[in-house]
Amino acid sequence: MKRRSAIDLFLGGSLIATIAAFLYPVVRYLLPPKRPSESQDTVVAAKTGELAPNSAKVFRFGSAPAILVNTPEGKLVALTAVCTHLTCTVRFEAETETLFCPCHNGRFDLGGNVLSGPPPRPLETFAVTVSGSDIVVSRRR
Amino acid sequence: MIFRGARLLAAASLFAPLLAFGQKNGCVDCHSQLEGNLKAPVAAYAADIHREFGLSCRDCHGGNAGTDDIALAKDKSFKGAPTKAKIPLFCGGCHANAAVMRASNPSLRTDQLSQYETSRHGQLLKTGDTKVAVCTDCHGVHGILSARLPKSRTFPWNIPQTCGRCHADKGLMESYKIPTDQVDQYMAGVHARALFEKKDLTAPVCNSCHGNHGAFPPAASSVASVCRQCHASAGELFSKSPHKKAFDDMGMGECDACHGNHKILPPSTAMIGTGEGAVCVQCHDKGSRGFEVAGEIRRTLDIFTGRYGEVESLLSLAKRKGVEVSDAEYSLLDVHTTLVSAENLTHGLDAAEIGKAVTDGETALLGVRAVAVAALKEARFRREGLAVTTAILALFAVALALKVRRMARVRRGAAGPGAPGTRPS
Amino acid sequence: MGKSVARTVWEFLDERFLISDLVGFARKKTVPEHGRSFWYFFGGICLFLTAIQVATGGLLLLYYSPQVGAAHESVQFIMGGVKFGWLIRSVHSWTANILIGMMFVHMFSSFFLKAYRKPRELTWMSGFALLVLFMAFGFSGYLLPWNELSYFATRVGTDIAGSLPLVGSWLKTVILGGPDISQATLSRFYWFHVALLPVVALTLVAVHVILVQTLGMSKPIGERGTREIPFFPDFIYKDALGWTLILVLVGVLCVFLPWEIGTKADPLSSTPLGIKPEWYFTFMFSTLKIVPAHIFSLEGEKLAILGFLAGGLLWLLVPFLDRRARRGERSPLFTWIGLALAVYIVVMTVLTYTVPRL
Repeated sequence: MKRRSAIDLFLGGSLIATIAAFLYPVVRYLLPPKRPSESQDTVVAAKTGELAPNSAKVFRFGSAPAILVNTPEGKLVALTAVCTHLTCTVRFEAETETLFCPCHNGRFDLGGNVLSGPPPRPLETFAVTVSGSDIVVSRRR
Repeated sequence: MIFRGARLLAAASLFAPLLAFGQKNGCVDCHSQLEGNLKAPVAAYAADIHREFGLSCRDCHGGNAGTDDIALAKDKSFKGAPTKAKIPLFCGGCHANAAVMRASNPSLRTDQLSQYETSRHGQLLKTGDTKVAVCTDCHGVHGILSARLPKSRTFPWNIPQTCGRCHADKGLMESYKIPTDQVDQYMAGVHARALFEKKDLTAPVCNSCHGNHGAFPPAASSVASVCRQCHASAGELFSKSPHKKAFDDMGMGECDACHGNHKILPPSTAMIGTGEGAVCVQCHDKGSRGFEVAGEIRRTLDIFTGRYGEVESLLSLAKRKGVEVSDAEYSLLDVHTTLVSAENLTHGLDAAEIGKAVTDGETALLGVRAVAVAALKEARFRREGLAVTTAILALFAVALALKVRRMARVRRGAAGPGAPGTRPS
Repeated sequence: MGKSVARTVWEFLDERFLISDLVGFARKKTVPEHGRSFWYFFGGICLFLTAIQVATGGLLLLYYSPQVGAAHESVQFIMGGVKFGWLIRSVHSWTANILIGMMFVHMFSSFFLKAYRKPRELTWMSGFALLVLFMAFGFSGYLLPWNELSYFATRVGTDIAGSLPLVGSWLKTVILGGPDISQATLSRFYWFHVALLPVVALTLVAVHVILVQTLGMSKPIGERGTREIPFFPDFIYKDALGWTLILVLVGVLCVFLPWEIGTKADPLSSTPLGIKPEWYFTFMFSTLKIVPAHIFSLEGEKLAILGFLAGGLLWLLVPFLDRRARRGERSPLFTWIGLALAVYIVVMTVLTYTVPRL
């Protein structure tokens, strides 16, 4: 079959189009995406100096909120901010130096232990390390 | 004298566990062969918490357990079943004596009797009314379980039924002029739903608001304190609002004026404002300052709720179309928190404060909305991409089909038996 | 000008790779064409889908992370953060299921056409081994997204492996990399899925394809027609047509039914109700569920598992057991056995999804 017929052209053309239709997504896929995927076990929660003593910051850790507290003595602690009662987000109460859940008055100390109110379990604590000017929070292993 | 008798009882009960081994219990032997009310205590007592502490029939009822003869069994120490009016003192003989209770359960309270005497039940009992509840009406008599066990009559989710046995009985309550719909009302409310459906044992039940042993209908002023135990922020806002003084002056209960007392329904923005079903217009007439504020607050909240609902449905539409939107859902959580706290702020009646919270929320909402719109665009892009690719593939398929058909025709045309291109099998 | 460049390149490669001989052989290849030659396409479809799996799998490798703390999130990132990641991943997941389905069709059509008879015994055996390997691909791949369903389906599956007599607990420990599902398991399954199984499977695929090429297509017993079409290019074009249609199907599935991400696995939560393995395991899974607890004082489940192993062995050796087919005679007994097995598989699979609590 030496002579190039219409059908052959049609076949060749549509083959090229098909290949292009497949190459396009693959090439786009391979190009690096804008937001690199970070490990969901480690997060830069804040910069040093961002938090004054006796204050706190809620940040995203994985798919749930977590809270970084700078104690009055200057120590940094991080815990999950998801209340173990009905998953409301806890907040830091500077006057009492406790974590307080506004939904049903659940109260936790800075170690995550339940002090009063309905929460059934303590809050999970995370490890905090300072790396340069970054405050890095990671899950304990 | 009660206390001396009680001390004797305590001493006896200390040794009772030892005595139980191999000790004859004539009471059980006889009563287990009887019928009805006389037989019931035997089976019921098997699960009783007092039995775990080594107490048996004679420790409460007296008598001689070592004999089968009924006359000998009912000796001088035999007390029989106490009359209803005497039951509190009967139980209190041990349970109000700290020294006695220390021997068995040091952490158990011993003020139940004194509390009971201050309660409406106790007061009426003193006047000779034996229809009121005594210890055994709530705790049972021979099969008493620890209140920590789910089958106990005083376990949180059994309490409405325990109280309701009398308080939902029209015939019984008629003479006291007490309504009998409280249990039904409670069961239709949020606290019952929390307790029974979500199994939240911290949800309030009858005794949480009315008291335990010292049960008394709460005064108008004390209801709010009770609600504030859990709903502290709403209470704080209310106390700072103009309502507090107004309600106090009128002697009205705070929370229950708008939320009800037994049938507490999930609150919604429908309760605020000037329209149908709003509680504000119960007091504030048209043209008054309160009426204006109510309308303003309602409008602010409605706009925010509407915008929130719109973004939420956009997101779920994108999600249904297969686009990944977990980041946006996380951001929406924050906005939801703003919405909930704005609704809570209504207790403070400060329209400006509510407006500010809503403005913050709406700014955050704009960001989420942008993500939702982008997600829907992505969903459209995918479908369009599919259409294009399917068209290309269809063309390719057609080209192949035509080619195959042509080749087959050519082969058949060029072929004859034994021609090149064919082969015997 | 283009043509002479092409000719020069061709001659250069031919001198070194000696391709012309191969091409000559290929030109002479023919495929029988008769009433049942439609079934010949299924082998090529399996090959094509395997190629798609290798390609999409290789692409997924770029962004997936086999760490317990990052696996689920990396899949989430692929679905949401990588351009066309949703497409690559959905194609990979959908094609896996379609491929295994096509392999069952290919296996049963070859069985009923008695294609396994001499001299194609090794083709049949390598094919069956490939089916088992690909089901292992499915099982190991299923755990990698580390979501709730995959975690517990793996737990159920390895528990069944663990209940085998004598070797059960050893086997389970080797598969899991420890006593229970952990990071070791994820690493191990990842290694199975991207290293061990591909190497073994591709070797077997090569053996299988070489055998098909050298032996040609088997004609059904009693087929008297002599029509043949050339393998290149006629049959290939027909193959390509089928492949194109399947691609359209996969595309539609991926856009309208993208594969879900699921919730991240929480080992401390209780097993979800109605947990099932992937559909191609369900006929065995449901059999184990309905088998009585004890049969003649032997544990029912263990007996059933041994039954499956024995059945698999017999199925593998069918070319040597079916004497009549070996001789080129009709073999209705084996047809009926195959039919019974096919009906059994279909019925048990359907039952798993229609009867709520089997």
